[in-house]
This record gives sequence, structure tokens and C-alpha cells, in this order.
Amino acid sequence: MLELLFTDYTIRTVALGAAILGCVSGALGTFAVLREQSLLGDAVSHAALPGIVLAYMLTSSKASIVLMLGAGVFGALATGLVLSVTSQTRIKFDTALGIALSVFFGFGLVLLTFMQKRPDANQAGLETFLFGQAAALVSSDVITMAVIGLCAMIVTAFFWKEFKIASFDPDFGKTLGLRMNFVQGVLMVLFVLAIVIGLEAVGVVLMSALLIGPAAAARQWTDRLSLMFVLAAIIGAASGVTGALISSTGSALPTGPIIVLCAGVFVAISLLFAPRRGLTWRWLREWRNGHRLRMEAVLLDLYALASQHERPDYPHEAAVLDLMAHPITGSARSLTALEDRGLVARVGETQWSLTQAGVARVDAIVADRFEGGAMHGGKSVAIRHDT
Amino acid sequence: MSDAGFAVDVRDVTVAYREKPVLWDIDLEVAPGVLMAVVGPNGAGKTTLIKAILGLIKPAAGEVLIHGRPYSQQRHRVAYVPQRGSVDWDFPTNVLDVVTMGLYGKLGWVRRPTKQHKAVALEALRKVNMEAFASRQISQLSGGQQQRVFLARALVQEADVYFMDEPFQGVDAVTERSIIELLRALRAEGKTVVVVHHDLQTVPEYFDSVLLLNVRRIASGPVEDVFTEENLRVTYGGRVGFVKFVRQQSGVDNA
Repeated sequence: MLELLFTDYTIRTVALGAAILGCVSGALGTFAVLREQSLLGDAVSHAALPGIVLAYMLTSSKASIVLMLGAGVFGALATGLVLSVTSQTRIKFDTALGIALSVFFGFGLVLLTFMQKRPDANQAGLETFLFGQAAALVSSDVITMAVIGLCAMIVTAFFWKEFKIASFDPDFGKTLGLRMNFVQGVLMVLFVLAIVIGLEAVGVVLMSALLIGPAAAARQWTDRLSLMFVLAAIIGAASGVTGALISSTGSALPTGPIIVLCAGVFVAISLLFAPRRGLTWRWLREWRNGHRLRMEAVLLDLYALASQHERPDYPHEAAVLDLMAHPITGSARSLTALEDRGLVARVGETQWSLTQAGVARVDAIVADRFEGGAMHGGKSVAIRHDT
Repeated sequence: MSDAGFAVDVRDVTVAYREKPVLWDIDLEVAPGVLMAVVGPNGAGKTTLIKAILGLIKPAAGEVLIHGRPYSQQRHRVAYVPQRGSVDWDFPTNVLDVVTMGLYGKLGWVRRPTKQHKAVALEALRKVNMEAFASRQISQLSGGQQQRVFLARALVQEADVYFMDEPFQGVDAVTERSIIELLRALRAEGKTVVVVHHDLQTVPEYFDSVLLLNVRRIASGPVEDVFTEENLRVTYGGRVGFVKFVRQQSGVDNA
């Protein structure tokens, strides 16, 4: 399949188109996700359907620029409607979104069905806008997408710091004299553009996933906005290309769902395996913390026992330590781990005693827990960083 | 630009959410170089007043003058410290970057911060004892550290008037002390600082001047004249036991 990418002209066009749309929507999705407006993209893409059909009805042209224009106008209309309903009435954002999405989409379906009943052979193919058909992309489509995408990227580069503050703290930005309403308007227009260029290949139903998925995945890997933006673009492009190739070479599978599944795989991998934020990482850290705390507990128990005798290295039965330890995990594994670290020593078959290093460690633990920050355990450390 | 008169002059400001007034006909005059507390029960409109002054909420009526001219012409002389909880601290950015945002107004549209701007931000971080945290991801900060980052962001604005919304909210005693020292240093430079404050006990110790607010302005002026049991009772709606307790704790006799 891969060699087709370099030899087959059609495949190359399709892959290039999918790469561009994935790249642009993934990158801009960064701001949608951070501004908690991910679902706005869903309303935009669904609302685009009547725009597409109406554009065709008015012009009888299926040129992508014409259909994109119709989609863009209706997408922007839906966005404006949702935002003004939210600000002018008591209806909440999610409700306004749900209403706009379903009403516009319903209207689109009505128009589409109406068109299909007409004796017009040329209209065939409009229904592919539902789930997308990357195989239908021709080089003029790709050029249109590239130009729009490039414009969107240039605008983003220009307004980078304005977009950042509008996403992090718009009220503060406003007090600085930066016109946040204008910035947010520009962002909305870019979201609409990102959606519109993907509609032909991905379809109105699932396009918003390409806005959300790559950005959500990218957030897992980095704590820097610029890096998140670039990573989201790369993940978006990778999902786009993979999905488009699978759907246009093998079966007649619709492209949208395949691309979205690819993006889903990236999201799943990121949620599971990203360092620090990933679930695996967190489980590992919790397990390590638990292990460390159990070890410290056994060490302190041993110290408590020893302090009833003259010598700190007075040996004690493992069975006694087991009784004092956590009822399920017991003390055996903690003791072995402590022995590896040279903090305790085995005496005979079943007895254990503190080493000198062990006593020193107990002093350190006690100092950290009780003298550093009253009885607040882990918080004591934070307080000392504070001062 | 004449600086005669008041640093902050709020005239007849009324704010209503739908039909219900949340601020009713507020007049407030703050002299330059004053450290003022805004005090009142929950829902009294303290945050709303700050936001109305800063144009974040559109008042139904009234006007705001900063050093004698409308706020819209004096933005660059005003700095704002919002409530800590008003932003998403999981935003992918670091401490230095957040502080640099205080300079975006001076930078104007499109221009990017340079090394000099970063140096200014770093200097502000030093003033709040946070320079060691410059490259720290903001989600890893404690509440007190977040608050100091916000203060540093306001410091780089080099304003004449500072509005702070609950800067002592959820910070430990050490941070509280360092913040109040910072506020006093600002006052020593002749700056005006207006602070939404929750802890009545510390009002006489920390502030020279106080506004008692409960939808209406109950009283405003120097702490020793205005911070009386009678005024507090009116502000807090007759919870006398509570008010008396506060008076005893703060060690201020009836005026």
C-alpha cells in the first residue's frame, strides 16, 4: 500500500489532502480543546450540511470552493447563533449547542432527500458529504484546502499571543486593552475554516472528531502550548493520511469513520502511555508510592519495637512485624526490599533488626513528617518549597 | 495628565443581572497611595464591583474615573489580579509565560515578547520570591504560589492603581505575610491598591481604608472611622454575635 503513495497519482492526491486537513484541524483544535469549546466544532460541521446542499441548489455546481463557501456560511451562522443565544438568554451553552446542531442537521437532511427525489443526475454524490469520501478528492480540491489551511496557519502565527491569552484568561486580556471579542471572533472563523476544508473527505457527521482528538492526544505529551499545537498537527495529519489510504485503497469503506478511528487510536495510546499524564504512568507512581509508604511503615514499626530495648538493632520476629503491618500486604516484601537497601538485616531464620543506616533513615522520615510541617504528611514538603 | 484628586472615583455605579440589582448606586472615592479593603458578606457584589470598574461587566449606570479620566483612557495605569480560581491551572504553560502576559498590553497587537520582556517578568518573580519556579508548569503550583504568580503578572504592568480579588484566598500564613509586605511596598511607592478581602480580623492591621459593601455602599473611609461595630452590623445583617467576636479578635475598640 505504501509504495502506491509514491507511484499512484490519485492516492498521492488523496493522502496529501487528508494530511492537510488533519494538520489544520488538529492544530486549531488545540485552542478549541483548551477553551472548552470542543463541541462547538460539532455544531459547525453538522450545520454545514444545509449550506452545502443549498450552495449546490443555487449554483448547480459541485466545485469544492462553492460547496465550502455554503458550508462556511452556515457553519458561521450556527456558531453565531449558539454564542448569541448563550449570552442573550438563560439557555446554557450545551443546550444551545444541541438545539443548533440537530435543527441545522435535520434541515440539511430534508434538503438532501428533497434533492435526491429530483430528476437531476448531477446531484448524485452530495450524500457522500455525510460520511466523507477522500477518494473523491482531486488536485484542485487539495489546492483549495492548502490555500485555506495556509491562511489559517498564518493568522494563527500572527495572533499567537492573543489566542493564548484569550484561551487562558480572557478577562485579564480585556483589562490589558486587547479586544478579546475580536480575538475570539477570529478564532471562531478559523474553527469554521478548519471544519469546512475537511468536510468533503471526512463528512459532516464526524469532522469535529478531527478537531478534538489530535489536540486531546497532544495535550497528554506536553505542557507547552506551542509543542501541543505542533504535535496536534502531526497527529491530525497522521490520522488523516492513514484513514484516507485505508479507505481509498481497499474496500469502499467511508473515509470519515476510518480517519476518526485512527485518531481514536492515537488518543487511546496517549491516554494510556504518555509520561506523567498517562494512566500507566499514574498507576506505576501510585504503586511505587504505596510500596514506599509500606516500607517506611515497617521500618518505623521495627524502630518502635527496638526503642523498647536498649539497643536500636535489637532483633524482632517477622511474625510480630506482620501483625503490625497492613493486613493484606503484610511485611515480607517490604522487609526484603529494605534489606536490599541495607536498612534492615536478617538475624537468624525469622528475625529482623535495624541497621545503622536504617536508624538514620527513621530519623530522616520523622524529621520530614513531623517537624517540617506539623502533622500534614506530604504537605510539609510543599510548605517548605513555599518559603 | 493631572493627578490631582482621587486615584479611583466611582460615581453612581449600578449593576443589574436581569431585573435584580447586584450593585446599587455605588459611590466610592479612593485617594492615591491608599491600601483599601473591600469587605462584605457573600453575594454583596465585591467581585462585581471590581469587574464593573474594569469594564468586564457593563454597568447599567454610572461612570468610573481613574486619576481623573475615564477608565477606558487609563487602562495602562491599572493592573488586575483576578481570583485564583478564575482560570484553568492545567493550561499548558509555565510560570514565566504567565507573568509575561502582564506585558501583552504594552506590547500591543501581534508583537511577541523579547528577552528584555522575559527579564522584566523574571524580576517581578524575584519580588514575589518565585524566581526559582520560572520554568515550572503552572499545574504544579500550590495555591499560595499560584497567587504569587498572579501578583507578579500584575507587577510587570507597572500600574498606578491595583485591583486585587481575594489575593489571600487559600494561601498559607507565610504567603499571606509576604503578600501584605508586597502591598505595603506598593503603597510606599505611592500606588493605590484596592483589595477584596474576606478576613475581617486582619482589616485594621493590613489596611488604611475600607469599603463596607452589601449591594449598597454601607460606608467607606479610613479604617478607624468606618470599621465600627454599627457599620459591620448593618453590612452583615445583624449577626451581632459574629460581629462582636470579630471586634474582639481584631482588637479595635468601638469608635
